[in-house]
Amino acid sequence: MHASEEQTLKKAVSDATLACIHEAEVFLPSDVKAAIEAAYEAETDSVARGELDNIRANIREAERLDIPLCQDTGIIVIYLTVPHNLSITESELKDAVYDGLRRATNSVPLRPNAVDPITRKNSGDNTGEAIPPIHMREGPELTITVLPKGAGSENVSRIGMLLPSQPEEIPSFIAETVLLAGGRPCPPIVVGVGIGGTFDLAAALAKEALLLPIDSMDPFEAGICDAINELGIGPMGLGGKTTALAVKVKKAHCHTASLPVAVNIQCWACRRATRTVVV
Amino acid sequence: MKLHTPLGDEILSLHAGDSVFLSGTLYTARDEAHLRMMEEGIPFDPKGAAIYHCGPVIQDNRVIAAGPTTSARMNPLSGFLLDRGVRCLIGKGGMSKEVSASLRGRAVYLAFTGGCAALAASHMKLSGVFYPDLGMAEAVWVIEVIDLPLVVGIDADGGDLFSDVDRRARIRFEAWRARSHGHE
Repeated sequence: MHASEEQTLKKAVSDATLACIHEAEVFLPSDVKAAIEAAYEAETDSVARGELDNIRANIREAERLDIPLCQDTGIIVIYLTVPHNLSITESELKDAVYDGLRRATNSVPLRPNAVDPITRKNSGDNTGEAIPPIHMREGPELTITVLPKGAGSENVSRIGMLLPSQPEEIPSFIAETVLLAGGRPCPPIVVGVGIGGTFDLAAALAKEALLLPIDSMDPFEAGICDAINELGIGPMGLGGKTTALAVKVKKAHCHTASLPVAVNIQCWACRRATRTVVV
Repeated sequence: MKLHTPLGDEILSLHAGDSVFLSGTLYTARDEAHLRMMEEGIPFDPKGAAIYHCGPVIQDNRVIAAGPTTSARMNPLSGFLLDRGVRCLIGKGGMSKEVSASLRGRAVYLAFTGGCAALAASHMKLSGVFYPDLGMAEAVWVIEVIDLPLVVGIDADGGDLFSDVDRRARIRFEAWRARSHGHE
């Protein structure tokens, strides 16, 4: 491939990253919108109905005005699938993604959220040391998926190294995480769960679970979701029927002596978008 | 019920769970702005004022997105505002027992739906700023608002919707845990 073709590919990756971030920040995925509608229809408490109605109006206003759904535009978590014969290097690919993120920070616009963890100095463009996180795996096509993650819900997420002899404690640990979070993560939430793997893999799985469509749950997920909704925390912690829109679980094999469980909470604005780049 | 700033004794009759529509002037303030005001004094007339816990996105003198931030971070920083005549704190997630006690007989905490930044902005017009050196998220923005839809989270009689919901949720969690473990 000629140098100019490589330039074209880098530009295409940057453009797709920008387009993906814009879509995720302004337009909620249709399965999430449907879940919020269903929660509104099912709700009988007047305060909870009012909160859900504000959320519905907010979704419409963001689309109408082409502005972010929430002023916390998040840390942008990025997932790539990469074909094995790609003509640019891994670091060139990452640079192109960073470029798209910097452009999105100006044009969407995004709030600059990335700071040094100790000095708290803001980088100003949502990039920094190891930020944004970019997760790559091989795939038949070059795709870019973005997951903008706000701090209110991230801050109440938990990981537990449970006892392998007590798998029945898994639902308790998940529901307790939601209980302790209360209204702080902006319910109704989506609960991403990673079970198994290693300490770090469980957390990565929990976040990846937030990319799964929420229009269906298996019986294990649905059972935990029902238990959470029985708590009555409701939209914004003001009480009501729907505390969680969905629970989504991803699993991995783990050490015979371990049972890691990670719970990554996502606010009602379960933002995500994917684009394919033609190579 | 419709409210307009500057607020007065009409707020004393509100109950936790009531829905209200607020018009008038809001002053945004987060952690840094509270610390600055404690040090240097309040740069606006606090009598009957409404404080909004919010770090907005502002572009070209316009409010682009302005949802509430977590109010609990301001728990230890709010007393001096109430002592100086502030009548209303607005944010998300509720506030501590201590704040609830210092609201008694004089002020209320109003909840705005978290994440609803676009909806908030559609009710708002920017009219000024204090402490711009603190940066976009932490500056005190002066915002004119029309009919912002809010819920009384904590009233002036100690009624607290957040703590009621939390207490009930804890009881239900323990009951569910006992039940699900009983089935083993």
